[in-house]
Amino acid sequence: MITIVDYGVGNLASIKNMLKKAGDDSQITADETAILSASKLILPGVGAFDTCAQKLKESGLLNALHQKVVVEKKPLLGICVGMQLLLDGSEEGILPGLGWINGRVVKFNQALLSADHKIPHMGWTDVVLAKSSRLLENMYEEPRFYFVHSYYPEPLSDQDIMAYSVYGYRFTAAVEKDNVMGVQFHPEKSHKFGLKLLENFIRNY
Amino acid sequence: MKRIRVIPALLIQKGGLVKSIRFKDHKYVGDPLNAVRIFNEKEVDEIVILDISATQEKRPPNIQQIKGIAGEAFMPLGYGGGITKIEEIIELIKSGVEKVVLNTAAFIQPQLISEGAKYVGSQSIVVSMDVKKNLWGKYQVFVQNGSKNTGLDPVSYAHRMEDAGAGEIFLNSIEKDGTFSGYDTELIKLVSANINIPVVAIGGASSINDFAMAIQYGASAVSAGSMFVFQRPHRAVLISYPNQQELKEKLFHIS
Repeated sequence: MITIVDYGVGNLASIKNMLKKAGDDSQITADETAILSASKLILPGVGAFDTCAQKLKESGLLNALHQKVVVEKKPLLGICVGMQLLLDGSEEGILPGLGWINGRVVKFNQALLSADHKIPHMGWTDVVLAKSSRLLENMYEEPRFYFVHSYYPEPLSDQDIMAYSVYGYRFTAAVEKDNVMGVQFHPEKSHKFGLKLLENFIRNY
Repeated sequence: MKRIRVIPALLIQKGGLVKSIRFKDHKYVGDPLNAVRIFNEKEVDEIVILDISATQEKRPPNIQQIKGIAGEAFMPLGYGGGITKIEEIIELIKSGVEKVVLNTAAFIQPQLISEGAKYVGSQSIVVSMDVKKNLWGKYQVFVQNGSKNTGLDPVSYAHRMEDAGAGEIFLNSIEKDGTFSGYDTELIKLVSANINIPVVAIGGASSINDFAMAIQYGASAVSAGSMFVFQRPHRAVLISYPNQQELKEKLFHIS
């Protein structure tokens, strides 16, 4: 059973719906005890980086998350801003991230984009693997996912980059380091591609 | 290759799915949940559901029905109709809706846009504008499902909505609605050239070529109703959606 961390942000119903389709009866919880007994976690997030970082801190779940992810090495998947929180910090705000993946979150550079590439980047975009990952294993051909974001991660080490996309220029769309992984796009809103990704998260980790 | 969003827009009236011509002559098309299931199988980019009777009947969104629809929508889902309060916007997002569409409420209480953007983010606040030319050929924005003329010009209206915090403009031509005669490209050009947020064109589409025209005139994404629920020439109900190959060949290459 996957545990969706409820710290007051994000469209959790959509994630739960897609996990159900993938065959997992997930729980949405803000309870520390439930988090501490979790075997696999999803960290959602939407909106501003600092709002999410602040709410996560206020939820009082940071110690429990540290215990699960850093000490027990349980798999955790961050989605959208939930992924951005895995890094050290973001150009968007001043609060620190979790720092489980070294690097920062940066904004799309409008100067490098043509006028028809508006920010936020909103829509379906192809995702290309940067390294082999069990999360994107046996994916359908030409995988495309739904994105809504103005910022994207820039890990310090190329080793932590799982996948790229192109929006005007190439950016990191997914990160992975040991048991910690995250995607900038929304698998819960990405049809069979997102379903496959979540099935992989359920079965391969 | 940049993919362009192609968005079916579905109208709900008294719980059933309908489709209009020029905002009139609503024809019953079927059950909304069933239609969403079919669109889901066709892997549509995004879907928008507009409950056109909610504001008229002065009732809030039917959350139960929307939750049911959201449970079947494995793509981004937009909902509009009868929204008047920030609590309803938050509740809709919690129910599995990604984008909340404001039309009459955006005109009456633009502060709802700002408040909504603050709570759920601009990307989740869409303002829908229904536009029609008056006798003198001047575009004007209508609300209350096209029944009330605000007298306002679409460019300044769109500006106001962008300033209030809207993340996207859903731009509908009342005279083109349901006619299969192509988008109002003049209107698309006028509005999209003057604002920075994406414009989604709707009203009049009959083919992928029409989509391409809308994009060339400045739209960021395209939407249609009749084209996806009717088979011409007799408007027989048949749900369809172009496949990725067609879209790649005729649409994605242009940008």
